[in-house]
Amino acid sequence: MAILIGRDTRLVVQGLTGREGSFHAKRNQEYGTDLVAGVTPGKGGSDVSGTPVFDTVERAVSETGANAALVFVPPRFAADAILEAHDAGIEVIIAVTEGVPALDMARAVAHVRASGNGVYLIGPNCPGVISPGLANVGIIPGEICSEGPVGLVSRSGTLTYQIVHELTQKGVGQSTCVGIGGDPIPGSNFIDILTLFEDDQDTELVVVVGEIGGDAEERAAEWSKANMTKPIVAYVAGLTAPEGKRMGHAGAIVSGSKGTAKAKIEALEGAGIRVGRNPTEVAEIVAEIKG
Amino acid sequence: MDLFEYQGKELLRKFEVPVPEGRVATNPDEARAAAEGLGGKVVVKAQVQVGGRGKAGGIKLASNPDEASSAAEQILGMDIKGHVVKRVLIERAGIIESEYYLSFLLDRSERDVLGMMSAKGGIDIEEVAETDPDAIARVHIPPLLGISDFHARELVFGAGIDAAARKEAIAIIPTLYRAFVESDASLIEVNPLVLMDTGRVVALDAKVTLDDSADYRHPYFSELKSAHEVPEQERLAKEKGLNFIKLQGDVGIIGNGAGLVMSTLDVVKAAGGDSANFLDVGGGAGAELLSNALEIITSDKAVKAVLVNIFGGITRCDLVAEGIIDAFGRLDMKVPVVVRLDGTNAEQGRKMLADAPDELLIAEKTMLGAAEKAVALAHRGTD
Repeated sequence: MAILIGRDTRLVVQGLTGREGSFHAKRNQEYGTDLVAGVTPGKGGSDVSGTPVFDTVERAVSETGANAALVFVPPRFAADAILEAHDAGIEVIIAVTEGVPALDMARAVAHVRASGNGVYLIGPNCPGVISPGLANVGIIPGEICSEGPVGLVSRSGTLTYQIVHELTQKGVGQSTCVGIGGDPIPGSNFIDILTLFEDDQDTELVVVVGEIGGDAEERAAEWSKANMTKPIVAYVAGLTAPEGKRMGHAGAIVSGSKGTAKAKIEALEGAGIRVGRNPTEVAEIVAEIKG
Repeated sequence: MDLFEYQGKELLRKFEVPVPEGRVATNPDEARAAAEGLGGKVVVKAQVQVGGRGKAGGIKLASNPDEASSAAEQILGMDIKGHVVKRVLIERAGIIESEYYLSFLLDRSERDVLGMMSAKGGIDIEEVAETDPDAIARVHIPPLLGISDFHARELVFGAGIDAAARKEAIAIIPTLYRAFVESDASLIEVNPLVLMDTGRVVALDAKVTLDDSADYRHPYFSELKSAHEVPEQERLAKEKGLNFIKLQGDVGIIGNGAGLVMSTLDVVKAAGGDSANFLDVGGGAGAELLSNALEIITSDKAVKAVLVNIFGGITRCDLVAEGIIDAFGRLDMKVPVVVRLDGTNAEQGRKMLADAPDELLIAEKTMLGAAEKAVALAHRGTD
């Protein structure tokens, strides 16, 4: 089954004709993802290696039955692209674009959530979603993943790769890996994704990868205590991050006593969640639990 | 981008949020002239992008231009938590009846804009949140609808603001929100917002953080930024497209992706070392970027060893190896460089490094192993 994407995914890539868009769409297609369309305004009627390109998402959906969108457009057009995908009836929108103004995202996320039609928005500034063996939507290298029972949700891209790699090397496969991104206003947060994993019959354990800034990890810890029956193993990056320095991600900053890795680890452990001290230890704990 | 107080106040003034009359001075003579121009008692305030300047002696009262000049002389050049004072803001001083707290900020959890107000102003709001959480009124502003008058009333009545200040405070709140949204801020904090003896309500301080991602639609962002002091190494790194932050240790760090670099710093610490920097080459880094990154890191004399930790996704490890080999050929490398490559084209990259042997170039297979090696090498000779 996996979550968010799988065999039933029919992917439209917004920005397919761009350099990044065409490169990663091709990789996703080679992985086995059903790439059905691309959208670039003004280039409707053309194709990219046989994939038809449309001027609007609405047209792509009506012609191809696309149900998932990968947003690869420049930052200033990204929120608009998300709204377009949503209003065209796309069910899962995955925005890879980095550098989208936070208030644009606040409005787009508010619109998506207010419509109440169960649409999932992942990102922006995220590596995407992969359900190993089924489909890959985004930029996560498919070859480091393997099929199995562990769900993973993360605020960071390459750190996700590191942990997935260590899991795979230990023989522990994954149901779905979800990069929710490191932006201040994410389309989905840990709790949104944990809810899906809790209900997913293919997922037996979930790895949560957090980092400094905000209180998403603390909230996830509290929520999990009351709502998760499946075990969680966590990691939080940034234990040694200095106060007031934005560590790369717009959302990764310790301000005052807030958002520290230490506070997050304490909150997670307080909720009975085991926290690995480094990516290797996370994989070791998971392997130990899976026995 | 964090603004200086004077920049934040200029921004608020544009949106008609009341702020005290003031002028910026960069030397004692300018401070004297500013005080003369304003007339009467003035406050001389250090302009630094860090909190706690009051406690550090960076704010002084002056009752005449001479005192303003000598206050400026004392404050200019002062080091406040590593920030050297280059400017002071001279403002007309008045008699304050009450101090409040008012802010708008991006709320990551609720994914909207949070407004906060308290009648306990002038002190650290985190302290108030801990000792007396009920003293802070909060409202969430729906991003699609924007602010309504009732939001302002909820803040003012919820915080128990003095009756004498209510009317003006209720009027200021929507203008402050407008300033927040229209200038793409992620934080505007007015602490304190004050009730003067004249009955006016004024923003006596302004801490403004703007969203760098929105700079394309605000041409004045770059003007504001030009006043900011950026350490030489960070400026160079930024020019080359690298995300660099200077830290205090002796192990230079290069990695790809913010999360992985943060994790690398943690692992170095756990191995008993201290990182000299945070450096994220970003996604899809090529050979030239890697070579430049090594140059910037090794230009820091404090660096005793370098750790390159790459997990290739978009980034290709063969290009990383090419960049490292290029740097070794181009620079007079004096410190050992420990390299760990995994992910896209890692094997090819590892082979390229093996084919270009150098006693200062050390390949390691795992992230933990590489961190331990780099720390051991940095400490070699100092123990």
